[in-house]
Amino acid sequence: MNFQPGKDTLKRKFDTVGTRTPRPDGLDKITGRAQFGADITAPGMLWGMILRSPHAHARIKSIDTSKAEAVNGVHAVVTSGDFGPCPDNVLDIRENVMAREKALYDGHAVAAVAATSRAAAKQALKLIKVDYEVLPHVTDVDEAMKPSAPILNSKLFTKGLDKTPRKPSNIAERFEFGHGDVEAGMKQADLVIERTFKTEATHQGYIEPHACLANMGSDGRADLWCCTQGHFMVRQVCSALLGMDASALRVTASEIGGGFGGKTTVFIEPVALALSLKSSRPVKVVMSRSEVLRATGPTSSTSIDVRIGMKKDGTITAGDATLRYQGGAFPGSAVPYGAMAAFACYDLKAVRAVGYDVIANRPKQAAYRAPGAPMAAYAVESVVDELCRKLNLDPLDVRLKNASSDGSRASYGPNFDVIGLRATLEAAKAHPHYKARLMPNQGRGVACGFWFNFGGETSVSLNVSADGTIGLSVGTPDIGGSRASIGNMAAEELGVPHDKVRCIIADTASLGYNDVTDGSRVTFATGLAAINAARDAIGKMSVRAAGIWGIPVEAVTWENGAARPSSPNAGKHEPLTLADIAAQAGATGGPISGHCEINAEGAGVSFATHLVDTEVDPDTGYVKILRYTVFQDAGKAVHPSYVEGQFQGGAVQGIGWALNEEYIYGEDGKLQNPGFLDYRIPVASDLPMIDAVIIEVANPGHPYGVRGVGETSIVPPLAAISNAVSGAAGVRMTQLPMSPPKVLKALGRI
Amino acid sequence: MFQIHVSTSINGDDTEFSCEADESLLDVLRDRLGLTGSKEGCGTGDCGACSVIVDGRLICSCLMLGAEAQGREIETIEGMADGSQLHPLQQKFLDHAALQCGICTPGFLIAAKSLLERNDNPTEEEVRYWLAGNLCRCTGYDKIVRAVLDTARDMRKPPESRKSAPKKRVRA
Repeated sequence: MNFQPGKDTLKRKFDTVGTRTPRPDGLDKITGRAQFGADITAPGMLWGMILRSPHAHARIKSIDTSKAEAVNGVHAVVTSGDFGPCPDNVLDIRENVMAREKALYDGHAVAAVAATSRAAAKQALKLIKVDYEVLPHVTDVDEAMKPSAPILNSKLFTKGLDKTPRKPSNIAERFEFGHGDVEAGMKQADLVIERTFKTEATHQGYIEPHACLANMGSDGRADLWCCTQGHFMVRQVCSALLGMDASALRVTASEIGGGFGGKTTVFIEPVALALSLKSSRPVKVVMSRSEVLRATGPTSSTSIDVRIGMKKDGTITAGDATLRYQGGAFPGSAVPYGAMAAFACYDLKAVRAVGYDVIANRPKQAAYRAPGAPMAAYAVESVVDELCRKLNLDPLDVRLKNASSDGSRASYGPNFDVIGLRATLEAAKAHPHYKARLMPNQGRGVACGFWFNFGGETSVSLNVSADGTIGLSVGTPDIGGSRASIGNMAAEELGVPHDKVRCIIADTASLGYNDVTDGSRVTFATGLAAINAARDAIGKMSVRAAGIWGIPVEAVTWENGAARPSSPNAGKHEPLTLADIAAQAGATGGPISGHCEINAEGAGVSFATHLVDTEVDPDTGYVKILRYTVFQDAGKAVHPSYVEGQFQGGAVQGIGWALNEEYIYGEDGKLQNPGFLDYRIPVASDLPMIDAVIIEVANPGHPYGVRGVGETSIVPPLAAISNAVSGAAGVRMTQLPMSPPKVLKALGRI
Repeated sequence: MFQIHVSTSINGDDTEFSCEADESLLDVLRDRLGLTGSKEGCGTGDCGACSVIVDGRLICSCLMLGAEAQGREIETIEGMADGSQLHPLQQKFLDHAALQCGICTPGFLIAAKSLLERNDNPTEEEVRYWLAGNLCRCTGYDKIVRAVLDTARDMRKPPESRKSAPKKRVRA
């Protein structure tokens, strides 16, 4: 019954899918009933708090916790010594959640306490004495790559080089992707432009700080409530760090107040568990905003060289990029994704992208919406724009001329299946926005973006209740309305109204393993699994109907929510609705459930084209966004309102990245803006309406043609806005954010 | 530690609590009174997730001391609906899909209510500037602004002609 890509016909006519139904969690969220990470308490609960390094790089010579332990109300103090040996694949996470020999960045956790009140916990933190030997530090990516740079990890030797290095380095790994003869391609060009770009680190900026409540008994069993993008990941990592059986730890995902990739790892959860184990009390840990900014994953800051050759007619003859991403104090930046995505929008004969994964004295980077791709697209799309301007070519025509299309060989290896890039470009070209007049000091920017989209491990349970309603259990936290989209797909497949299906996020003990909510995978993969689970239930209900009618199951079909005889030969039987069959379930064999466990493939890549108009104030350097239109392929928009929401939200995060947001480090290696006042994300008065145009080019890998939509929308804005500002200012911008001082400098005003 | 005894009114209910002198109203609401609908996004008055109305004035409850609630009238998100009857803003937020993760939603609703109590016919710009103290990272504000403008439009109509936004059945 499971969907088979290439064999099943894609469904393109729908009753529920494609409609704007009310979201199932809406009422809870508008009345304050919804329970997020910090909203739950337990009897006897203690407050956990974490002490963090004030130094960017320091050896920890000793930690004296005796005075903290003596504070009235303190029940536990933990340091790295409380975390025993663990498997290699979580070593860096162990090191990141609690520093061992060295503190590697300003904000790195070094100790934690649990006390009966927050006041007692705060007092205890002040009494922990850490003896640091301050070491030289480095926070800039280019500086960190120099042979003379302070070395963070003496055991780190660069991987991916032709020769095995003899000295340790801050360069963790070199990657290379591409095909064809790049130098020969450059020679065929009429114009080659090479530029170097720099982007600053930005934070996902979810409004809900990390929060959890751990409750661990002396028998080693524990319950953990937390806001996360993947509670199965939390179970896996925390049980490994604490030496527990995975099944001894049950993790429940709370409502999640934004993540954007930043909640795909653990920070406080293992610490809360260790405190709970030591105190034999439930322990709640809630980060402050400054802890979120200092110690949880921002993006990489980057330095990127791009060289592109173009003929006078707009044909791109070759593309070449070198991307340097610092990913904080541990290897694993998103530079491979950046290098793979850099030229993905172009069908090129000769292309190369080299990436360097670099470590520096900053918090360990975490995924942020299409991780690694926005910076790469910024650099490539800026050079393409400059080539278009210098050769006097229309930027959309040039992109249409070179665009990847069905069957194109992607710059990172595989051949594309059915893709929608061209459709987004054509829609942009035809849109009134592209023809609207611009005034002095205004500019229009165009850019395209790509994201891979993930599938992954997914387990779903669909339970038919006796009254004919459906309980649908999924294991992927709902970060932007996925309970609505998944529930609606199950309703569509079963042929019942959407409000007969209630979709919940089940805990780790109640379902098989699920990968985290990432890679825009949930509406695609969990949706696919829900459809398969519905088909499994339909199969079982058809057996029940066949039994009731006394005919073979092959003679039963399922249509519009009811079992029907498939032909007159099967006999004359009134249809049995889902509710009819459910009501008789006890008498016909017991409860009815559908299941699906898959490692979903065929996610279907995603493309978008963005148009933006900006106005640059030549006196202040302030950039105003005047108009913004997103064109993105959704495959099939299951719930158009939330698809638009993804387009709009991603575009606005990109606007923040382009214009305001940056991690500012002082000479001392300390983060200077760890708060929302100085780390300024866009507010309502900064913005116009964001027009969202949904394009639907069906993904052959999903029964309804669905593609993930969550991430691609943050890929084009950096370049689109930079191109618009460059046009308005008459000077090419090569650094983000384009804050007023940078714009004034580019204009020669300061 | 010495605690202060406070008598106040929350969503029309007479309420008494004791709190420490340095405890914020937000901590009192969340940790002492179980009113967790008000959220802490920053603790420094920058995000508006903890917005409440005190004696008719919109404030960040993380910036007010619990002890200052003495004798005041406080409105929180938990009191916005009248029983099962949603406030028009709440209904419009649902109709316009003006929320994604929902963590900022209580603050936006309280802030928007405070706006409409002062100005029943705000321009888009007025809505955007009034809500500039509330951060949302998911929506890009588009649907929030539309929901507030639509609520204002509806609330200006005579009561009998008010209705929820038409349920769009959109097909591609």
